[in-house]
Amino acid sequence: MPGIAGLSCKAGRGGKGRTLNFDYTDDQKALKDEARRFLADASPLTVARGVLDNPEQGYDKELWARIAEQGWCGAAIPEAYGGHAFGYVELCALAEELGRALAPVPFASSIYQFAESVLHAGSEEQKKAILPAIASGTSIGTLAVTEGPGALSVKRLAVRFENGTLTGEKLPVADGMVADKAVVLAVSSNGPRLVLVDLTGSGVTREAVSTLDPTRGAARISFENAPAEQLGRDGDGFELLQRIYDRAAVLLSFEQVGGSDRALEMARDYALERYAFGRPIGSYQAIKHKLADVFIRNEVARVSAYLGAWALSSDASELPVAAASARIAGCSAFWLAAKENIQTHGGIGFTWEGDCHFFYRRSRHLGLAIGPAKEWKRKLTDRLEVQRGAARAEGKAA
Amino acid sequence: MNFEDSPEEAAYRAKVRSWIAASKPDLQELPVDQRLVWTDGHKNAMRQWQATKSDAGYACITWSKESGGAGGTQIEDVIFSQEETAAGIHDPYYITGLKMLIPAIRKFNDDPKSLARVPPAVRGEEIWCQLFSEPASGSDSAGLRTMAVRDGDEWAINGQKVWNSGAAHADYGLLITRTDPDKPKHKGLTAFWLKMDTPGLEVRPIKTMGGDSELNEVFFDDVRIPDDQRVGEVDDGWSVVITTLMNERAAIGQSAGLTWSDMMDLGASVPTDDGTVMDDPAFRDFIADLYVDAEARRLIGFRILTAISRGEPPGPEGSAGKLIWSGLTQGLGSEAVDLLGHYGIVQDSELSPRGGAFQQRFLWSAGLRIGGGTDEIQKNVIAERVLGLPGDVRVDKGVPFREIPSGR
Repeated sequence: MPGIAGLSCKAGRGGKGRTLNFDYTDDQKALKDEARRFLADASPLTVARGVLDNPEQGYDKELWARIAEQGWCGAAIPEAYGGHAFGYVELCALAEELGRALAPVPFASSIYQFAESVLHAGSEEQKKAILPAIASGTSIGTLAVTEGPGALSVKRLAVRFENGTLTGEKLPVADGMVADKAVVLAVSSNGPRLVLVDLTGSGVTREAVSTLDPTRGAARISFENAPAEQLGRDGDGFELLQRIYDRAAVLLSFEQVGGSDRALEMARDYALERYAFGRPIGSYQAIKHKLADVFIRNEVARVSAYLGAWALSSDASELPVAAASARIAGCSAFWLAAKENIQTHGGIGFTWEGDCHFFYRRSRHLGLAIGPAKEWKRKLTDRLEVQRGAARAEGKAA
Repeated sequence: MNFEDSPEEAAYRAKVRSWIAASKPDLQELPVDQRLVWTDGHKNAMRQWQATKSDAGYACITWSKESGGAGGTQIEDVIFSQEETAAGIHDPYYITGLKMLIPAIRKFNDDPKSLARVPPAVRGEEIWCQLFSEPASGSDSAGLRTMAVRDGDEWAINGQKVWNSGAAHADYGLLITRTDPDKPKHKGLTAFWLKMDTPGLEVRPIKTMGGDSELNEVFFDDVRIPDDQRVGEVDDGWSVVITTLMNERAAIGQSAGLTWSDMMDLGASVPTDDGTVMDDPAFRDFIADLYVDAEARRLIGFRILTAISRGEPPGPEGSAGKLIWSGLTQGLGSEAVDLLGHYGIVQDSELSPRGGAFQQRFLWSAGLRIGGGTDEIQKNVIAERVLGLPGDVRVDKGVPFREIPSGR
């Protein structure tokens, strides 16, 4: 499938009063091209379909092994913890390609969420103990936060961390059946905490739950005095989680950009080959303008993700705002591209045999991980207020 | 990926920032009604500013020194214009001439008479306008009917142009005419430059629904243009049009105007029973969406300029940027007047927030979706040039212009 001309990002601009060099380096481009070639071979949509038709697998083990072999799991993990330390922009490039391929693997759970939690909040000992196996792909981690319907709330958290053990239930936990470790948000007598738990250890019961995107599994996990340890030093677990979510938001936005591009290309290709009333349907403005709208949302998502990648890789103070923007734009773009891809295909797009529904499902799967765009809009406006307040205080001081 | 100025860029930015602060015109010295764009007071202040910039080498930064420029980079040009905007300078008078028309004339003509127009344009002594659109030739930009008929060493021009920005203030214009109606639409066009006080030429301002008169009609009644003011070859005017439109796309990108932070200020200034509109979750969602689009538009605009600075032709990304901008601007105006409640119907310089700027934007944004290529044309550009979808069925293709069906 040929790419769409003009999609590559050449340059952009950062914060006020700045210019920038806004592009992948030659090495990063080479990595991204290599990743696309690799996934075209290792993860055609038939692989996702294999998991869809046998969802009890939870993921494609062979694909996961091949991805791990490529060293991708350790892309942003420092060498001291068994990683390859390519860098965060490199990890973003890989995320874009994994998103484009709709790879049915627990990469987002294990790398963007679990590894980032340990890297961001873990102690030196925990990083050394846990990350090498994550970086090699031999261990899979996940982040267990949600307990029931509705937005995440510290007040309603029920899973408790007391005397070094966890008790309570998390539902759903993405990749919860295939992960062997989890970082869990729990309440303790000192307030919310992030804790590490061995999902294969005692006091842990798991059962698979059916999901909107069966290529990506989830579990109900019950803890009954399960041995656990606090992640890192004492600190408000909910606050820590927000910082980890910001990092995951940028990485997920690249998966969303990759998926959106692929869905738009599918719709474009079909609009060129499908004839109605003696013309390709792609020659009607009803289709052309619809797909132009999709392209525009994809562009918004792309430049927002790129700004997020810069903020993530440089630990910039702009990360909270840039991450929220990337999240909102990514959710919006993938949803629009996925639903209009089905609409452009007509009836065939609605069939189980057609591939369109993979994108529709995955767009919402990614759109709900770490909370929907609706929650991120609130965060973004809160953060803009804080940013403006700080800028004003600085102005007054000066 | 790097979003910081390089050390050289930061040094250049610091240099131009302090130069602008020290040299910029003080509009506060003008009477209040003369501080608005397209008034004589504002225009004269900007004319002086252009001369000041020219003396200091900031008029056409990317042009060579021999052409009156500074031999600078595209990035320097962008930094300078960012700093101009940050300093509150809004100058619409010289962009058309210096970014679009003069570069096109220099591309097609190398005769001394044509080139003599370059230095006064750079110094701001001469303002240029574009004379392209016509009543029957808007989106269908090659469908123009203003006729140029050769008469010895000169051409006789008859017809009408419309939607010409700044024509009432312009000293010179770049005109596209039809010279051969027996050729297909794009083939029989020819370009000229001319003085706007040429006998037989009449400019009539158009008052828009925004209340301003930036746009004009321009009538040609047997206007005589010498052949040495022709731009490019006879019947090759479409190449001139394409060149200026490409330059226009490159010139897009910098714009001042109300944005998300102004909306947050407005929301915080409007009371509710237990706080302000800023506490309304729906309004907070609106701010988030507005911010995402405004930032994206800024980033896309810069990306276009960077492509050009690398010597790559500006791509159709400009169409995406313009669509995002027009959409968010109309959305901003609409939300702003709504959040004022019934009070939003007031458009009064004393009574309305920001002197009525939000009401003005509400009205003006309707035109933004039309000028410079309508929303629909921009979507066609994206669909055809980016996505590779087929062009529309064309009933005028290869048909002599004379035989193309028309309305009235």
